[in-house]
Amino acid sequence: MDAAALATESAAVPRHESAWRRARRNASVRLGGVVLALLVGVAIAAPWLGTVDPTLFDAGSRDLVPGKVGDITTLEGETIRHRFLMGSDSFGRDIYSRVIYGTRVSLSVGLLASLLALAFGIACGLGAGYVRWLDGVLMRFMDGLMAIPAILIAIALVALWHASLATVIVAIAIPEIPRVTRLVRSLVLSIREEPYVEAAVSLGTPTWRIMFGHILPNCVAPLIVQGTYICASAILLEAILSFLGVGLPPDIPTWGNIMAEGRVQFNEYPHNVFFPGVFLAVTVLAVNILGDGLRDTLDPKMAKRV
Amino acid sequence: MLQYIARRLLATLPVLAIVAVLVFLLLRLTPGDPAAILAGDAASPDQIARIRVSLGLERPIPVQFGIWVSHLLHGDLGESFYFKIKVSQLIAQRLGPTLSLGALTIAIAVLVSVPLGTLAAWRFGGWLDRALMGFSVLGFSIPVFVLAYLLIWIVSLKLGWLPVQGYRPLADGAWPFLRHLILPAVTLSVIFIALIARVTRASVLEALGEDYIRTARAKGLREARVLVRHALANAAVPIVTVIGIGIALLIGGVVVTESVYAIPGLGRLTVDAVLARDFPTIQGVILFFSFVYVLVNLLVDLSYVFLDPRIRY
Repeated sequence: MDAAALATESAAVPRHESAWRRARRNASVRLGGVVLALLVGVAIAAPWLGTVDPTLFDAGSRDLVPGKVGDITTLEGETIRHRFLMGSDSFGRDIYSRVIYGTRVSLSVGLLASLLALAFGIACGLGAGYVRWLDGVLMRFMDGLMAIPAILIAIALVALWHASLATVIVAIAIPEIPRVTRLVRSLVLSIREEPYVEAAVSLGTPTWRIMFGHILPNCVAPLIVQGTYICASAILLEAILSFLGVGLPPDIPTWGNIMAEGRVQFNEYPHNVFFPGVFLAVTVLAVNILGDGLRDTLDPKMAKRV
Repeated sequence: MLQYIARRLLATLPVLAIVAVLVFLLLRLTPGDPAAILAGDAASPDQIARIRVSLGLERPIPVQFGIWVSHLLHGDLGESFYFKIKVSQLIAQRLGPTLSLGALTIAIAVLVSVPLGTLAAWRFGGWLDRALMGFSVLGFSIPVFVLAYLLIWIVSLKLGWLPVQGYRPLADGAWPFLRHLILPAVTLSVIFIALIARVTRASVLEALGEDYIRTARAKGLREARVLVRHALANAAVPIVTVIGIGIALLIGGVVVTESVYAIPGLGRLTVDAVLARDFPTIQGVILFFSFVYVLVNLLVDLSYVFLDPRIRY
């Protein structure tokens, strides 16, 4: 959301402005936000951080311990000297480059999966909250979907569709949709009883304008909080799928894939598992801390519930 | 009471039915021939034809669903083409290790998190409270397989206290059985501890603000008794509820943990089945896990009556 949009929204709903300002002062929001901003910076600047192409390998540089200097062959067939900051794997690939480029995959999966789950969840939630005949059918369907553990849905869908970045994102987003739907539906049901909505209805405002003009803006704060948590679990789930060997193809540098490759020789070379593991844990931690901070400041009702 | 149980059972049926429909549709809504997918990549045309007939795949979708459900109600989940036995048999074989792991995990988690959560609420804002809340954010964030390798590295490789991987059935003796399960169960219990401790803390904190706590203290009850008999007892319903919801986390964790620690349970079976693209087994395992999840939560609902005498139906 850019500054202009934020300003117009704040003018319309003064309560939000103080909440946003509170959020920006909150220590958790700042800590999580700074760490995440750093990670986004790393993801964008990956080629300039002393990395090589993460798919490059060299048979002479297999299983190097962190900090060792070795050879690596470029795509042009040229051999260059390279310092393996985090060591190399059993193909002779640079773990550091793979971990740094892995940041791109994890962050985009987290962002896109949560946006997708939010979009579908908002659509379903508005439908269920507004269209009476749809409510029963849709919510029973969501109950059933929620009864299947998320990881199993994702695993089965990826297995059926064959793994690619798009299918993994969709497969991770689907099990998150019911929770968003429930949240939006409950918000719709409570907001539509507010006097200002009644006033709008009695003035003859069309339903779609009430939905998008009155109800949705009031869902923004809880949805952002929910979206942060979905982002954290999406990043975790993608890593789990890759780690189990059912996620993205092994040549794509993702933290889960690096760990899956490193687990075979874990006894001798634990760093292949630990470096990506630390990045993964720190990323998820940062997103969760940001989410907790946003929850406490933007959505005090939810803060009380947990 | 009986009426309540009957009503809850009836309310569970639609959820189970929808789970069944979703698992059924998983294969039918995917491009490709379901019979060919179910028969596996190495199947002969003859085998594919046999599956097509037995599932009635040339008939309309609702009829297919009827056939599928009637198989399901007879306990027939199809045959695994990878393991070459019935899926129901396969699940029965793999159930033991998973049940042991799950039970030990929940036991550890409850024994650790409920006392800690209660103490944190009792000294609200104190060092234990802050440490526990910090730990719970960490517990939610650290991926279970990263934690697993960290523990293997420290406890098994560096200290040499416990075996790295593997599983021994209880028939081999209690100690070998436990020795192999302790590390996986501790790994898996961390996220559970985070979850239960948070809820215990929040609900005990709420109970501590009630008038009956003030009364209990005023009449001179010992603080321990106030905490356990009055505060914790009144916080039991949310705690049990979150354990029920947490079963979904546990199932996800089991899939990963069994894979890391090489435990031949249902979680490991799930991953093996996916890697072999063994769809009868995948379907069977998903159905089984989801039904267990729904039934555990049904039991949780029913337990409210015993945990809170104020609840009457």
